[in-house]
Amino acid sequence: MTALPLLQMKGIYKHYPGVVALADVNFELYAGEVHCLLGENGAGKSTLMKILSGAIKKDSGSLYIEGKEIEFNSPADAQKYGISMIYQEFKLVPELSVAENILLGNEPTRGRLPLVDHKKMQLDAQEILAQLGEEIPTATRVSFLGMAQRQIVEIARALSRQVKILAMDEPSASLSQNELERLFAVIRKLKTEGVGIIYISHRLEEVFEIGDRLTVLRDGKFIHSCPVSETDRRNLIRWMVGRELEQEFPRIEPDREEEVLRIEGLSSGILRDVNLSVYRGEILGLAGLVGAGRTELARVIFGADPKDKGRIFLEGEEISARTPREAIDLGIGLLTEDRNKYGLIMQLNVRENISLSNLRQVTGRFFINQAEENSVAEKFKQALRIRTPSIDQKVENLSGGNRQKVILARWLFTKSKLLIFDEPTAGIDVGVKLEIYNLINQLAKEGIGIIVISSDLPELLGICHRLAVMWEGSITGILSSQEATQERVMTLATGMKSG
Amino acid sequence: MFGTAIQPGEKRLKTVFGDLGISTALLLEVILFSVFSPYFFTAENILNVTLQTSITAIIAAGMTFVILTAGIDLSVGAMVAFSGVVVTSILKLGIPFSFSFPLCLLAGILMGICSGSLAGLFVTRFNITPFIVTLAMMTILRGGAYIYTGGRPIWGLPEEFSFLGSGRAFGIPVPTIIMLCIYLCAFVVLRHTKFGRYVYAVGGNKEAARLAGININRVLWSVYLICGVLSAISGVLLASRMNSGQPNAGLMYEMDVIAAVVVGGTSLFGGRGSIVGTFLGAMLIGVLRNGLNLLNVGSYVQMVVLGVVILLAVLLDQIRGR
Repeated sequence: MTALPLLQMKGIYKHYPGVVALADVNFELYAGEVHCLLGENGAGKSTLMKILSGAIKKDSGSLYIEGKEIEFNSPADAQKYGISMIYQEFKLVPELSVAENILLGNEPTRGRLPLVDHKKMQLDAQEILAQLGEEIPTATRVSFLGMAQRQIVEIARALSRQVKILAMDEPSASLSQNELERLFAVIRKLKTEGVGIIYISHRLEEVFEIGDRLTVLRDGKFIHSCPVSETDRRNLIRWMVGRELEQEFPRIEPDREEEVLRIEGLSSGILRDVNLSVYRGEILGLAGLVGAGRTELARVIFGADPKDKGRIFLEGEEISARTPREAIDLGIGLLTEDRNKYGLIMQLNVRENISLSNLRQVTGRFFINQAEENSVAEKFKQALRIRTPSIDQKVENLSGGNRQKVILARWLFTKSKLLIFDEPTAGIDVGVKLEIYNLINQLAKEGIGIIVISSDLPELLGICHRLAVMWEGSITGILSSQEATQERVMTLATGMKSG
Repeated sequence: MFGTAIQPGEKRLKTVFGDLGISTALLLEVILFSVFSPYFFTAENILNVTLQTSITAIIAAGMTFVILTAGIDLSVGAMVAFSGVVVTSILKLGIPFSFSFPLCLLAGILMGICSGSLAGLFVTRFNITPFIVTLAMMTILRGGAYIYTGGRPIWGLPEEFSFLGSGRAFGIPVPTIIMLCIYLCAFVVLRHTKFGRYVYAVGGNKEAARLAGININRVLWSVYLICGVLSAISGVLLASRMNSGQPNAGLMYEMDVIAAVVVGGTSLFGGRGSIVGTFLGAMLIGVLRNGLNLLNVGSYVQMVVLGVVILLAVLLDQIRGR
């Protein structure tokens, strides 16, 4: 490879009504490198990628591929030049097979007849997967695959089109640690084949693990670009946030002893004989790989799924919630994973989303008391610093961090004694993450028992007082914050006995 | 990034403008017909429009609840016929009107409850798509009405009965008054009660609503019940207006009703919409029918015009939603 960059974007501008999305942004990508694109939500990463993929048009600036200036008018144009995007939400068709997905729109035909050559399709798909060093049965329907495998299928699909530039938007968001390792192995393989990779992620440790160079954007402006080896985490955060963060993981020690939750011999679905306690004011982390049963455990405690065996005690009294309503009335709150899908009602506004689980509190004999509902929502808006122009704003117009705060407000309004956070900071900016951690600490200090489920291990190690590690539906170990290290947790999470 | 680009003020203006959209369309229609037909804009004709629209409009109020939960009820027209024939047959039993009248009202409402809750049961407990459940209910009820009457209309009802559908109180047609009362109730329920809020929440995101502690089955069941009862009431009114029980009454009403709801801006995907919109939608269609009649436009052409108006109205809504 020569020194000529594979891709050059120079002086890119993009305006939306009322907002400058990109102002004079430069970006360069060389063949065979992983270039991390960093920035908070709204920094302009997605806009830049959309321009690259031809999904939207730039206002001004120029785009060069291998030194030639090129103008994209549609995603099809970009594809012609070997540019492929993998979005956070996969664009796979779940009811079609792996092979059909990989070769979608690109099916091999029988000679000149417009008939699909199914045999060749399977073979082609297998060959592409083999290139990636992956074995996925190509006849399986995609809906049967796990997240990591779907990601591989997405990559294979890009490869089937002679990809030169592959942009990945938060590929790690739904992957567990060892799935991530596999993804990295695939990325390294692509590098050796000369593919230029743009990697977008909120998890900074990944940047240091896989990245060669990085570019930071903030508020639509180009901030910094340099080789990964020449910088550190602290600098990155400063560039992204625009100020120094005091500490990334604030923590406080609990004054525990009083049990809020005790689980004895719980079995249900994949859960096997789970025993666990959470104390007042304690933040208990649930670590494990995706599919280890953490979310399932949360759902059983919350009454969303039935339990087969075992007993659950809340503040010493045995409970048996059969519906979320019953759990809520007992004082349990669940901040679900994927807040957009399982948490918020997008069509309702901030106020309505906050009061939703405890409407009776603001309802008289027949009618909702508007004034009271307003004051409740205003109170939480201020207490949690929810950034919204008004409580009557639809939540679909809020950013990820503020949406999470709205959900949190809902559960604070129900006066929960036990709060379960499932992936509380997934897809949330570094700056807002800190706010969420502070809120979790604040709640713990007020005596609420807290369970945090997260695939972000540094986060769990950073904020939790104890860590329970799950593997295949059972708890393989409980570590105090002093005992817990990345290695020990990973050993337990993969089912090996810790030494 | 797109989200933050839209200022909240602008957004609010958009919603208001959207609501204005349908009211301006209605206003435009009224002005147009007033210009072309001297009789159109008279108190008598306006009351006449509300009378003609009242029956489908009442059902549309119920349908709004169902569609807000992302459901559909195709059985409303058949329910109109079924409740009509049963009610009229009770009036013909020969008992004094003062006894048979409350009895027939009770029977009508009871039928609405039964049919609505049966549909609701299948939708919630057995998790069958509302479209299929109510399609089946539609043919069952329609067939039931034919079986019950042997396919013949029921004539010769007590004269007092026609008051309900054709009478006037304070100069206003009784069905119009009933319709306004029902809309007022529906408005208050959707806007100011827990149940109303839950209807929007369940329609917006069923699973999220369940995890927020809402008993979604109860909400879904209730909306079919409401729609069934309002259809049955419409059936009684129609029987009274026609002074007979017709097993083929209310044919294709479901289409008129769904059109009114959708034209009124309620999303078929649930979670968005309003009862005021439905009222305006029903009136828009009613005024159109009435105006075209006054202008002597043939019924075949009317159908085409109505279709075009529905498309335009939904298009307007689509553009506004962007």
